[in-house]
Amino acid sequence: MQMNNYKPLIVAFCCNWCSYAGADLAGNNRLSYPADVKIIRVPCSCRVNPMFVLRAFQRGADGVIICGCHPGDCHYTSGNYYTRRRMALLFSMLDYLGIEKERTRVEWVSAAEGAKFAATMNDFAETVAKLGENKRLEDLRCKR
Amino acid sequence: MQRIGVFVCWCGSNIAGTVDVKAVAEALGKEPGVAFSTDYQYMCSQAGQDMIKAAIHEHKLTGIVVCSCSPRMHEATFRKTAAAAGLNPYMVEIANIREQCSWVHKDIPTGTEKAIILGRAAIAKVSLNTPLTPGETPVTKRALVIGGGIAGIQTALDIADAGFPVDIVETKPTIGGKMAQLDKTFPTLDCAACILTPKMVEVAQHENIRIFSYSEVESIKGFVGNFDVTIKKKARYVREDLCTGCGACVEKCPMKKVPNEFNLGMDNRPAVYIPFAQAVPKVATIDPTACNMLKNGKCGICSKVCTAGAIDYTQKDEFIEERYGAIVAATGFNPISMDKFDEFAYSQSKDVITSLEFERLTNAAGPTAGKLLRPSDGRHPQTIVFVQCVGSRCAACAEKGKEYCSKICCMYTAKHAMLTRDKYPDTEVYVFYIDVRTPGKNFDEFYRRAVEEYGVNYIKGMVGKVTPEGDKLKVQASDLIANKQLHIDADLVVLAAAIEPDKSARPLATMLTASMDTNDFFTEAHPKLRPVESPTAGVFLSGTCQGPKDIPETVSQAGAAASKVVGLLAKDKLTGNPCVAHSDELMCNGCSSCERVCPYGAITYEDKEFRQPDRTTKIRRVASVNPAVCQGCGACTVACPSGAMDLKGFASMQIMAEVDAICK
Amino acid sequence: MNSKNLQDELLRRSGVNPKKCMRCGKCSATCPAYDEMEFHPHQFVYMVETGDIKPLLSSESLYRCLTCFACVDRCPRGVEPAKLVEAVRLSAIRAQGNNRITPDDIPAILDEDIPQQAIVSAFRKYTK
Repeated sequence: MQMNNYKPLIVAFCCNWCSYAGADLAGNNRLSYPADVKIIRVPCSCRVNPMFVLRAFQRGADGVIICGCHPGDCHYTSGNYYTRRRMALLFSMLDYLGIEKERTRVEWVSAAEGAKFAATMNDFAETVAKLGENKRLEDLRCKR
Repeated sequence: MQRIGVFVCWCGSNIAGTVDVKAVAEALGKEPGVAFSTDYQYMCSQAGQDMIKAAIHEHKLTGIVVCSCSPRMHEATFRKTAAAAGLNPYMVEIANIREQCSWVHKDIPTGTEKAIILGRAAIAKVSLNTPLTPGETPVTKRALVIGGGIAGIQTALDIADAGFPVDIVETKPTIGGKMAQLDKTFPTLDCAACILTPKMVEVAQHENIRIFSYSEVESIKGFVGNFDVTIKKKARYVREDLCTGCGACVEKCPMKKVPNEFNLGMDNRPAVYIPFAQAVPKVATIDPTACNMLKNGKCGICSKVCTAGAIDYTQKDEFIEERYGAIVAATGFNPISMDKFDEFAYSQSKDVITSLEFERLTNAAGPTAGKLLRPSDGRHPQTIVFVQCVGSRCAACAEKGKEYCSKICCMYTAKHAMLTRDKYPDTEVYVFYIDVRTPGKNFDEFYRRAVEEYGVNYIKGMVGKVTPEGDKLKVQASDLIANKQLHIDADLVVLAAAIEPDKSARPLATMLTASMDTNDFFTEAHPKLRPVESPTAGVFLSGTCQGPKDIPETVSQAGAAASKVVGLLAKDKLTGNPCVAHSDELMCNGCSSCERVCPYGAITYEDKEFRQPDRTTKIRRVASVNPAVCQGCGACTVACPSGAMDLKGFASMQIMAEVDAICK
Repeated sequence: MNSKNLQDELLRRSGVNPKKCMRCGKCSATCPAYDEMEFHPHQFVYMVETGDIKPLLSSESLYRCLTCFACVDRCPRGVEPAKLVEAVRLSAIRAQGNNRITPDDIPAILDEDIPQQAIVSAFRKYTK
C-alpha cells in the first residue's frame, strides 16, 4: 500500500433533522471535505445500531462517524443521549478489539453548522488517513 | 425481483459541473436489479417528472432511485410523481449527489466516483423497500383545556368559536386564575377584573364550552385524536344545578375564621364560600376541612337558609369519562415560597409582603377595599421599599430560588410603584433593581414614566437585609452607582417573588408523557418554530406552564395554541408517518427494553395467544407499537435485544445494505 | 508576580469564579463592615475579575472584612466574595513574609457553629 495514494473509507451516519441538514448546508456553502466520507441518512442518531458500525468495519471501512443533534436539541427529545451512551460503550470495546478510538467518533452537528460539519469531516478524515488502513477485523471480514 | 429505475439529474451544471452524469447513469445501469437508467437536465421539472412516470409504466418499475439534490429538497416531489404513476410513494429513494457530492468536491473523477457509490447505496436500499401505507386514525372533535386562567379561557374561547366543543377543567371553585386576583394590568393600567370578567361570562354562556370547576384530571390514556380522560369532580357539597349564587349561606355560616386563599390569607372567609363576587360558575362551595356539619354533624345552618335546596352534605366525588382529540395544558404559575429568604424577614413581619399580596392590598375588592394599609397595624405606609429579583436569577442553591428570570416582575413593580405614587403622592417609594428588563411594546416608556413623572426612586443595587425594629423595617441595601450602603426605615417591604410552574404540572406531564425542563416548565416541540406544541402529538401548551409570560403574551400564545387545536380537530382522520417501528411478535420476548426507551409512550404490551409446534396454544407477552403515536426515531430498534423491533423505511437490513454498498 | 499570574493564583486559591457575578450588589448590601471598608465586597469581585488587584493588596479593607460569610450566604449566584477577600489577604500576608500562624496553632474544631474557614481567617487576620 502506498501512503500517497491511500484513500480512507469513511462511513458517516447523520440524523435527518440536524446533521444531515448540516451536511446539506455545507454543500450549499460549497465547503469542501474529502470525498472519502459517505453519508447514510438515519432518522435519528439513536437509530444507529452498533451492528451497523461493526458491519462497516467488517466490510473494510477505515472510520465510522455518527452525527446527531446537540444534546438537548434532539428532534425526538432524547435519542442522542442513547447514542452517546451506546457508542461510548461500543467504542471502548472496539478499542479493546484493536480498532483505535480515533477511528470512531460521535459528533453533534446542528442544521445551522455547515462549517462545523465540513471541519469535522476534514479533521476526521485526516485523523483516519494518518492511522492508515484498518486491518484489524481482516480475519472477520466477509470473504468476497 | 425488483425492477429499479435510476434517474440521474444534471441540475443544470450544479451536478453536471463536477459529476459525469452520463457515466453515473451508465455505471448504475449495470447494477443488479436495475431495469432502466437515464439522465436528464432537470428531473424535478414537469418534463423530468413525466419522464419518470413514463419509465415506470414502460419498464414496469417496482422502485426508483433519483440521483439529485438533497431528499430534504425534493423527496416529497418525487414521491408524488411515483404515486401519480401508480407506484407506492415509499418505493422512492434519493441519492444526494448535489449537496453532499457535486457541491463539496472539486474535480470530476472524484465527484463521479462518489456519485456512483451513493447511487449504488440508494439502489441497495430501494431493493429492500416495501410499499408503506400511512395509518389513519379518526379524530374525536372535542378539546380539553386543563386550567381555567386567562390562558385556558382564551384557548377555550378560540376553539369554541371555531365550532368545536371544549371542556375546561379547573381545580379551584371558579375560573379566572391569577389574573382575577390582579388589580391593574400593565402597561395600559386597565383594571384586570374589567377585562377578564366579561371573558369569564362569555365562557360560561358559550354553547360549546363546559366548565368543570373544583375538578381535577385523574387519568389520561390514549393518543393524539383519541385521549380517554377521567375527570374527578370533587364534592363541593352544593348542587351546581340548583345553587343560584345568592350568598345567603355565606352570610349565615358561623365558621367565619378560615384564611381566605383568594386574598392570600390576608383576611378570612366562612366555611361555605364563593371566592369572589364575579366567580364563574357563581356557585357556593363548602370547605370540608372547616365545615362543622361535615366534620362532626353539628350545624346545618346553610341548608336551612338555602331557599333553592342546593346544599347536599352527602355529595361524593364524581368521576366523568370523556374522549378528546386534543389536550391543552394551561396550568399556570405560583409565586415561590418566601420562607427560605430569612434575610428579608418575610416570616417575621406582616409588613413584608409579596407582590401578589400587594396586588390584593390595592384591589378594590381586596381585604382593605383598595386602601393601601399596612397588614400589621392598618396604618398608611409612608416609605415603601420594593425588592426585585427575589428568587429569580438565583443560581446559588436550587432549593431557595430559580435560575431563570421571571420576566414579569420588572413591569409589575414599576406599575405598583407608579400607582402608589399616583394615589398617595406623600409616599416615598424605592425600587432596588439588578437590571430593569422591559422589552415589550410600550414597556420601557412605562418604566421611564414611573421614574420621570411619578418620581419613583430606582436604585441599582440589592437589599441585603431587612430587620423589623419597633414598627419600622430597617432596610440595609447597596447603591452600586453611588458606591454607598443605604439604610432606609421602611413601613412596607414588597418582594417581587420569582414565579414557578404550578405543582400540578409535573403529574400532568407524566400522564401526558409530555416532556418538561429542569424547572418543571413544559418543553415546546421547537423553541422557535413550534412554540405552542408539546413534542407529544396532540398536546398543546398555553400560558405560563411553558415559561414565564405576561398577560399579552399569554393571550397570544393561547390563541396560537387554539389555532393548532382547531387545525387538528378540523381533520376527520389523521394520516400518520408510515416510517414507524413495528415489532415481530414471533421474536419478541416481552422484556420491556423498548418500552423504557420510547420517549412517546408508543409501545405497550399485550398478552397474545400463539400456536406452538405441538398445536397447543400459549399466551405470551409481546410488544405492540401504536403507529399513531410512534414518531419513528428508532431508539427501540437498537434497544431490542432479540431483534424483534424494526423501523419501517429505515429497516436494519436496508441500512446494512447501504453500508455494504458503500464499503464495496 | 505579574498581575495575570496573581489573578490566576487568587482564583485558584479561593476557588471563586468572578465571571458568575451578575453585579446585583447583594454582597455589599448585606455586609456589616461596609462603612469600614474602602473597597467593598462587590468591588473585590469586580477588581479581581478585571485584574486590578494592586490597590486591594495595599488596602486596609483586607483587615476590616469580618469574614462573617454573610456575602457568601446571600449571594444569589454563588460567587462567594469572602473567599476572594481571604485569598487576597493571604497574598498580602505572604508578601510581607510574616505569616506567623502554623497549622498547629489551630485546634481541630474550635466551635461547631462557626465555619472553619472563618476561624482560620480570623487567626490570620489578628495574629498580624
